[in-house]
Amino acid sequence: MSDSQATHASRFQALIASRWLKKLWQLAGVVLGVAVVNFFLLRLAPGDAVQVIAGEAGSASPEYIAALRQQFGLDQPLYIQFAKYLGHLAQFDLGYSYRQGMSVAHLIGTRLPATLLLMGSAVLLAAVIGVTLGALAAYHAGRFIDVVVSTLALLCFATPLFWVGMMLVVVFSVWLDWLPVDGMATVSSGLTGLRYAADVLHHLVLPSVTLALFYVAIYTRLIRASVIDVRRQAYVRTAVARGVRPARLFRVHVLRNALIPFITMLGMQIGSIIGGAVVVETVFSWPGLGRLAFDALVQRDLNVLLGILLCSSILVVLVNWATDFVNRRLDPRIAKD
Amino acid sequence: MSIQIKTSAWGKLGRSVMIVALLAQGLIAHAQTPKRGGTLTVIAQPEPVILTAALSTSSPTGTFSTNVFDGLIEYDNDFHLKPGLAEKWDLSKDGKTLTLNLRHGVKWHDGKPFTSADVKWTLENVWKKYHPRNQALFANANQVDTPDDYTVIIHFTKPSLAVLSSLNSNGAQVLPKHLYEGTDILNNPYNNKPVGTGPFIFKQWVKGNYILLERNPDYWDKGKPYLDKVIYRVIPDGGARTAALEKGDVQYASLSPVPARDAQRLAKLPGLRIQTKGYEWLSPWLFLDTNVDRPYLKDVKVREALYRAIDRDAYIRVVWSGFGKAAVSPVVSTLTEFFEPNVPKYPYDVKQANALLDAAGYKAGPDGTRFKIVIDYLPYGDEFRRSAEFIKQAFKKVGVDAEIRNQDVPTYTHRIYGDRDYDVTIQWYAGFSDPQVGVTRNYLSDSIGKNIPFSNGPGYRNAKVDQLIRDAQGSGDQAERVKLFKEFQRQVQTDLPSLPLLEMHFFTIEASDLHDTVSGVDQVYGSFKNFWYTDPSKHE
Repeated sequence: MSDSQATHASRFQALIASRWLKKLWQLAGVVLGVAVVNFFLLRLAPGDAVQVIAGEAGSASPEYIAALRQQFGLDQPLYIQFAKYLGHLAQFDLGYSYRQGMSVAHLIGTRLPATLLLMGSAVLLAAVIGVTLGALAAYHAGRFIDVVVSTLALLCFATPLFWVGMMLVVVFSVWLDWLPVDGMATVSSGLTGLRYAADVLHHLVLPSVTLALFYVAIYTRLIRASVIDVRRQAYVRTAVARGVRPARLFRVHVLRNALIPFITMLGMQIGSIIGGAVVVETVFSWPGLGRLAFDALVQRDLNVLLGILLCSSILVVLVNWATDFVNRRLDPRIAKD
Repeated sequence: MSIQIKTSAWGKLGRSVMIVALLAQGLIAHAQTPKRGGTLTVIAQPEPVILTAALSTSSPTGTFSTNVFDGLIEYDNDFHLKPGLAEKWDLSKDGKTLTLNLRHGVKWHDGKPFTSADVKWTLENVWKKYHPRNQALFANANQVDTPDDYTVIIHFTKPSLAVLSSLNSNGAQVLPKHLYEGTDILNNPYNNKPVGTGPFIFKQWVKGNYILLERNPDYWDKGKPYLDKVIYRVIPDGGARTAALEKGDVQYASLSPVPARDAQRLAKLPGLRIQTKGYEWLSPWLFLDTNVDRPYLKDVKVREALYRAIDRDAYIRVVWSGFGKAAVSPVVSTLTEFFEPNVPKYPYDVKQANALLDAAGYKAGPDGTRFKIVIDYLPYGDEFRRSAEFIKQAFKKVGVDAEIRNQDVPTYTHRIYGDRDYDVTIQWYAGFSDPQVGVTRNYLSDSIGKNIPFSNGPGYRNAKVDQLIRDAQGSGDQAERVKLFKEFQRQVQTDLPSLPLLEMHFFTIEASDLHDTVSGVDQVYGSFKNFWYTDPSKHE
């Protein structure tokens, strides 16, 4: 008996291990695929980094252009460039940006915290407000509160982000002078510790709220629809008949089931975190990854762009795993499929 | 100073009004002694790629770099030269020997002395190898002597009169030999943490965010600079730039940092003013290049008709909100020495444009259309897109149906200068203070189709023009050079490969409590060493 138990346990372990191994292979496959496709796809765009630099300079001689191309390694045939790129990747090296004069990994590292802070706070804010408003609207479906919430959500969803951002700046920064216009912190203020954190928070309010408004709209509509749907289910009616108190009914029976499509959507959006905030980052001069990626595209700084896309693809895979995990916890039936 | 005065300043009356206004301004300014202190926040737009102008002639680098590096010679407000790192300069009568006497006691920011060896090394290893304009300007400099630490003698194989027009900090920036010698120059880490001799010391560059400079306490120009700190902020969005200026977070922004419409509104605020001086050295002009290899555009009659179809005064009013002046030649009229007023002129005349197109054999079809072309425009912002829209409408009136094509900068330069796959395009160049430096590149046939951005876009080949340019380059007689450049202007305005539309007037938006913000015709690429605040304590 104990013997068979042990074999059962080790078999289970082996199953888990092989599952993880399979997942890691998946990850490696996705990353490699993304790298290969992007490498060649991006080179289809006309012009290269040297031409951009020469263009910005306003004038350039053929010798200068040739010197730059040689320095950037763009004078070599494409297959050699590609082999070099793969070689670097195999050593977990994302390459070097000649334009920026630093390694791509370092460049991404300096921008990542700003993006994570902005997107994290915006998504959190949006999730809390969105779930609350959505549930509120669902419980009052068709009545006044629902009409107000739904109209607001529609308005937020349809208004361009840059316009919302600019209007918030005009009202809260220029007119009322409560909040800073742009940037992530006061330059050379010499602040440290908590006072620095407060300064960053002060700068974070407007961009984070602007970005959150868009997500609030999506989440509110989603939660509203799925809460209405779940409340019509037979098991909810049964629970009501059993005399389950409304608060517990909402928390255990309704919300838990209604959250599944929301979590899936959240996962997709966190996956697009890296490029997702270009507009807001631009309007508020927020030094994040979205702007870095956009600038890299315009400047044909392909190493940087490839690096960001690669990191982005890894993030997408990881977040997908996390989404699956959370959904399985919410509804164990998903795991059995 | 209002824009009204500026645009009418070209008439004699307007000019004297402007001079009086300037004098009055000067008197008020000089009645007070400059005050020390304060932080100046400036917009850096777009963010520089590199902080050393010796290796990049791009404008974001240029507007930053001169605060860290001094020029050998500086300009005053009338194109006259004044001492910089060189106290004296002398170009021999034959134009072949340039002697520079350097200032004593100047130190690099790391404490090492600045000497003639730095100048010689930079000329031989940077200007002649990497500097896009100086490669041509110093091409004939075959020997540099440094008899002592403070004397540089440059020997040219051919007369090189244009050299003196480009010895300011942007044109000929000297790098510290002791930090660059024997290194990979294009990749030297000091390119992005520059060590210069200038009024401000580089402290920090947080990419995508800001660049911080601090006052150089040991600056050779005693007492200067007056400001304690300079912060360059990266603000990519036009609306955000307007808001930052309006709120007073930013006190200085050059090179037309916001749309012209916003500028008019900002100028009415009590805390801000518009400055249009300090750009003369750039001599920028905007033009419509025509691809002379295209079937319709081969014919000079068609090019003339298109030129006459554009009402340049309306164009400046509508698209540029009055910031500019109708151009008649690629050499701008502010460059009085070289400008040729007697070029063939093509005033706005729809009737004659139609007649010319009829004569060229392109009769209007039943829908009123003669032929179709595509307009490409340099994607440098709103005004360029609106220029394309304006010209599309203008062409429609003479039966030419134009389609507007939009693309990003690398696609654009590749299309125009590499593939040459375009009909007409809207473009601007800086001509600089000598046509040899910035104007002739649009007409010299050497560079056609070689994928060199901002060279001969039209594909214009005229042996006579090539010869005129070469003669002017090699001449040691300034009067003869002027004559040759005037003939050059008459010829290209007869052949019309490129249609000059507008002498561009850039503007700076600056805080009204800032003083002495224009010290030379090249202030756009000049330093902030003369800037001071009425009350520096308000800008700590």
